Amino acid sequence: MGVNETLGEYSDLFMLLAAMTYLVAFLGFAWDMASSSKTLKAVDQRAASAQNAQQTTSKVSTVAAGAGAQAESTSHEGLTGPSDRVARIGSGRSASVSDSVAAQSMDYTGERRVAARVGVSITALAFVVHLAAVLARGIAADRVPWGNMYEFCTTGALVVAGIFLGALTRKDLRFLGTFVIGLVLIMLCAATIGFPTPVGNLIPALQSYWLVIHVSVAVIASSLFTLTFAMSVLQLLQSRREAALAAGQSPGMAFMKRVPAALNLENLAYRINAVGFVLWTFTLMAGAIWAEEAWGRYWGWDTKEVWTFVIWVVFAGYLHARATRGWTGTRAAWLCIVGYLCIIFNFAIVNVFFSGLHSYSGL
Amino acid sequence: MRRTTGEEELRPDDGGRPDEGGRPDEGGTDRGAATERDAGAGTESGAGKGAVDVGQGAGRTKKSRRKKSGKDDVVLPALGFIGMLRFVWRQLTSMRTALFLLLLLAVAAVPGSLFPQRPTNAAAVDQYIEDHPVVGPWLENLQLFDVYSSVWFSAIYLLLFISLIGCVVPRTAQHAKAMRSKPPRTPRRLSRLPEYSAMAIPAAAGVTPSSAIEEAAAMLKKRGYRVDVRDRDTGRPSVGAERGFLKEVGNLLFHICLIGVLISVAVGGMFGYSGQKTLVEGDTFVNTLVGYDSFEPGNNFDRGQLDPYSIRLDDFSVTFDRQSEANYGQPLDYTAEMTVTESPGAEPEQQVLEVNDPLSIGGTNVYLLGNGYAPVVTVRGGNGNVAYKGPVISLPSDSSYTSSIVIKAPDAQPSQLGFVGLFIPTAVVGKDGRTVASDPDPLNPQLLLDSYYGNLGLDSGDPQNVYALDVKGLNQLNGRQLDTGGIVLKAKETYKLPEGKGSISFDGLKRYIAIEVHHDPGKMAVLMCSSLALLGLIMSLFIGRRRAWVRAGAHDDGRTMVEFGLLARGEDYRLDAERDKLRELFGRKWLVENGQPDDDDRKDK
Repeated sequence: MGVNETLGEYSDLFMLLAAMTYLVAFLGFAWDMASSSKTLKAVDQRAASAQNAQQTTSKVSTVAAGAGAQAESTSHEGLTGPSDRVARIGSGRSASVSDSVAAQSMDYTGERRVAARVGVSITALAFVVHLAAVLARGIAADRVPWGNMYEFCTTGALVVAGIFLGALTRKDLRFLGTFVIGLVLIMLCAATIGFPTPVGNLIPALQSYWLVIHVSVAVIASSLFTLTFAMSVLQLLQSRREAALAAGQSPGMAFMKRVPAALNLENLAYRINAVGFVLWTFTLMAGAIWAEEAWGRYWGWDTKEVWTFVIWVVFAGYLHARATRGWTGTRAAWLCIVGYLCIIFNFAIVNVFFSGLHSYSGL
Repeated sequence: MRRTTGEEELRPDDGGRPDEGGRPDEGGTDRGAATERDAGAGTESGAGKGAVDVGQGAGRTKKSRRKKSGKDDVVLPALGFIGMLRFVWRQLTSMRTALFLLLLLAVAAVPGSLFPQRPTNAAAVDQYIEDHPVVGPWLENLQLFDVYSSVWFSAIYLLLFISLIGCVVPRTAQHAKAMRSKPPRTPRRLSRLPEYSAMAIPAAAGVTPSSAIEEAAAMLKKRGYRVDVRDRDTGRPSVGAERGFLKEVGNLLFHICLIGVLISVAVGGMFGYSGQKTLVEGDTFVNTLVGYDSFEPGNNFDRGQLDPYSIRLDDFSVTFDRQSEANYGQPLDYTAEMTVTESPGAEPEQQVLEVNDPLSIGGTNVYLLGNGYAPVVTVRGGNGNVAYKGPVISLPSDSSYTSSIVIKAPDAQPSQLGFVGLFIPTAVVGKDGRTVASDPDPLNPQLLLDSYYGNLGLDSGDPQNVYALDVKGLNQLNGRQLDTGGIVLKAKETYKLPEGKGSISFDGLKRYIAIEVHHDPGKMAVLMCSSLALLGLIMSLFIGRRRAWVRAGAHDDGRTMVEFGLLARGEDYRLDAERDKLRELFGRKWLVENGQPDDDDRKDK
């Protein structure tokens, strides 16, 4: 049960270093976006005027454009059926915007993006430092490093960064960099400023192997939802931009040219959310089993339980929305965002301000 | 659950679905198809359908009418009573309603976390109502202090589950049928399918169209497809294949198991019970109704359910963190040594009760939920007789175990005595002269008390809170707020009360534990159902349900042309990977073996 406080101090130091390194990476990604907006602005405008010309000749695209966001959101639901095929190859919508957004495959292209490369390398460096900090924390406390809010937050941020880096090896998701690393930074700042906790032992209520199972899965699920939150925000921005493009107006937000079409973002977010939802369901169940073991009841509507349930229901709603006419696209993205805000609320507000059986997990 | 009630659209005999993509009248196919996918021939178009009940074959016309009429089709000319019921049922079981109820459920659950709840903390509710005399009663009327058994919350989840049943039952029937039927007929134009590929097998390979189809069928079967070869004897044989039926099985399993969870929870609530008891070291608890401090039976609880086992707390030890500077004094371990007697007359057994490690006795679980100090005191009345002797439970309010304590001595003569105040395990005098607790271990235990005499009101028969002293009608002898000062008792000290009313001695210190006894017969069923639900969820989200068709024909120049297309049912992101895989398989079979390069010839027939 010995706690190595010196190592704990090193962990804190590494955590600060990691945060500062992430800050540099964040600037790199931001620079990448800003520079893209400059160089690609001209291309964008050409695309817009080309679209104007196309619109007068193509009846299909006029219909698609005129119908606005609502029609659009219905036009691409069910993405794998024949309708999708038509949408992909022929609909006016994709044609009008396809040259103003990134490719749907999200594969790497030959284009040199120095700032983005810098961002990714520095993120990798920050990740290593961050990993060292989290490991040092775990070793210092001689247990899993997610026994209180500080540790949950820092470990969660590590998982977010790790998943992001892992995904980068397969797909060009650098457009997410600013948002994801920004969120990682916020998580680290919240942890070190909001809930600084010196390394310590676990109180008896937390001394259970369920802490390892329940909380680790919760961390992973929250990290996945962090990624989809970023995607959903981008999706909303992008779909506004696409609507403007389709209407022949100047779309603005030129930095969004690096970002794939709203539809592709939605699809990717859905796939990740599906995994996140399964993990969250598991979190809920493992939590219930633990509660049964610790408190004698598997479900007691404790504030934390309530909010975990609310989040579960919201994401269940999200999955159903994808199958409901008029609820795909923008509305589904909003549900995803609301779900994530509930997670933040559950973590930051419920732990700190609400009294409940989970109160000890904080501060 | 995705309520593509248009399962009809996928029926093999109708074949409308695959054709959809191949329809020449391009017009608004993308939107049309999307509409059909969702509303299909099903519930969402409910209004119009209830009355007119369009057959499934009329899918296309119905769609266009829907689009044109918009709101008009909600006009109810001649629904009638049955029609009305049907309409309501269709609305209730529609995806849109389910989604709405789901989101409503999320919103409705929130107030339960904002207001104190009676089942978990009745005292906090009373306090809240007292603090908010205007709003409180209103909230009470709206059942906001008991959200999860309120009428409105129950209504939402019951409606949701009815909606769920209304969706699951027909879908189960449909899927059972689908699993028994053959893959749907081959679409006329495979090239219209979302994934399509074609290849030409050179004449030299000696593969005829029908042998190609037989081989393709065998390969598909090996990949887990259910296959059906058709038009075998014609010049254009084809094979239809389908796989991934477990996706829908998982989907149904998930939703059925949710119903199972609800039922199990209800059973547990009806036949279960729970009770609380505080046990001072040396005390024995017998599992009978009178043995409990408080007891919450389920609706169908019968007192015969209680197994009369007994447990005794022999020793309770707490370890606090003494090494860490930052977390000095934080509890590290609670261990309760218990003697358990399973039934009267049985051999007593030593067991250890810890947090996160309940005892399992007689169909119940016993949990360690709390602990504190029970100072042993002796109260004597004015006549010098012992009026009370024994441990008194104090309620800790912080991590240093600053505990509130109430001692009642109704047997004191000539007048009853009552004490109220604090117990502090390690008392130090703070800068402002007040005594505060500085450590959770009893290094310098002190009792700080105010004393009263008079009628404690215990004889009236009204139930009283043992942890509170109603000082109304009592005369105060001394107090910490008064000039005379209160009682300060260190260990082994005795204090003589003023006016010769008696004395109080602090004789010793014991620890006590708060245990919770639970019996929930629905628990295992809940675990089973939710585990199966998780399995079903994983199946429904990650299994791809796909259809594949392969068609072969002979080209005039002797080559055998093979084309194939794939269609996904539901979300499936690996359809293109599946196409590549099939292409590779076919290529290896027909082209590579014959020394031919794999050519991607997308010629349509």
